[in-house]
Amino acid sequence: MTSGPLPQRDAILRAAIGIGIYAAAFGAAFGAVSVASGLSMAQTMVLSLVMFSGASQFAFVGIAASAGSPFAAVGPALLLGVRNALYGVPVSEILHPGGWLRLLAAQLVVDETTAMATGQTTVRAKRYAFWATGLVLFALWQLGSLAGAVLGRAIDPAAFGLDAAAPAVFLALLWPRLRSRGAAWVAICGAAVAVLLVPVAPLGVPVIAAAAVAVIAGLLPNQRAGHASKAAES
Amino acid sequence: MTALWVALIIASVGCYLLKLAGVSLPTSALNQPRVQRVAEFLPLAMLAGLVAVQLVDGGGHYAIDWPTLAGVGAAVVALLLRRGFMVVFFTAITVTALLRLVT
Repeated sequence: MTSGPLPQRDAILRAAIGIGIYAAAFGAAFGAVSVASGLSMAQTMVLSLVMFSGASQFAFVGIAASAGSPFAAVGPALLLGVRNALYGVPVSEILHPGGWLRLLAAQLVVDETTAMATGQTTVRAKRYAFWATGLVLFALWQLGSLAGAVLGRAIDPAAFGLDAAAPAVFLALLWPRLRSRGAAWVAICGAAVAVLLVPVAPLGVPVIAAAAVAVIAGLLPNQRAGHASKAAES
Repeated sequence: MTALWVALIIASVGCYLLKLAGVSLPTSALNQPRVQRVAEFLPLAMLAGLVAVQLVDGGGHYAIDWPTLAGVGAAVVALLLRRGFMVVFFTAITVTALLRLVT
C-alpha cells in the first residue's frame, strides 16, 4: 500500500466514503419523501443537484406539499441555507478559490465538507479533505436521491410510514447539536413559537418565525452561555 | 411552467447564491461572533420548529396523526440510545407503518 505524497490521504478518503454512504441513505430518504409529497422525479433531482443542502431540501418539499402555495416554501429553504454562506468564511480561507473553481467549490460548501476540511491539520490536507468529501458526497447524494425517488414511486408512502420519515430525519440532524444547554433552549423556543403560530399564520410562516428565535438568541450579549460552553469543553 | 417549478428554481438558485456569496464576500463581513452564533442557531430553531409543525399541523389547525407521532417518538428513543441515522429512520417508518396496519 502506497501512502502517497499526502500522509493523511487514506484516512481522509475513508472518512469521505463513510460520509458518502450516510449521504446516499439520507438522499434516498429525501427522494422517497419528495415524490411522496407530490414532486415529480425531475423536480426531486433539480433540488438535489442545484439546492444540494439536505435540510433546505426536506423543508422545501415538506412545506411546498402542504401549503396552499409552493412559494411559502422558498423562505424557509433559503433561511436554512444561510449557514452554508457562513461556512464560506473558513472554506475560502483554506481554498482561496478563483474563477470557475470558485463557482464549483461554492456548491460543495455544506456541513460535512466544512467539518472535514476544518478538521485537518495542514493546508494541503484541508484542501484534499474538502474536495474529496465534496465530490464523493455530491455523487452519492444524487445516486441516493434518484434511488429513493424511484422506490418512492413504486410504493404507497403512507402505508410504509414515510410521513414519519421527514420529522425523524430532522430530529436526527438536530440531535448532535443539542449538547449545550443554550442550543437546547433555542430549539425548544423555536418549536414553541412555530406551534403557537400554526392556527393563525399561513404555512411556512411558523418556521420562519422560529428563525427569529435564533436571531434574537444569537445577537443577545451571551457571556454566560460562552463561559458554560467553554467549561463543558474543558 | 407551474408555480411549483418556479418556486423550486427560485429556492434552489437562491441556496446556491448563498453559498457563492459565502466564498466571495470579504471575510470580515461574515466573520463576527454574533453573526456566527446566529448562523449556528438558525438550523436549530428552524428544524425544531419544522418538526413541531409537522407533528401538530392539520392545515392551519391543530391535528395530530397518532401513528406518525408514535413513529417520531420511537425515533427519539433510538436517538437517546445513540443509534445511527439508518436505525432512526427505519425505526420511525416501521413503527408508523405497523400502527397504520393494525388500526
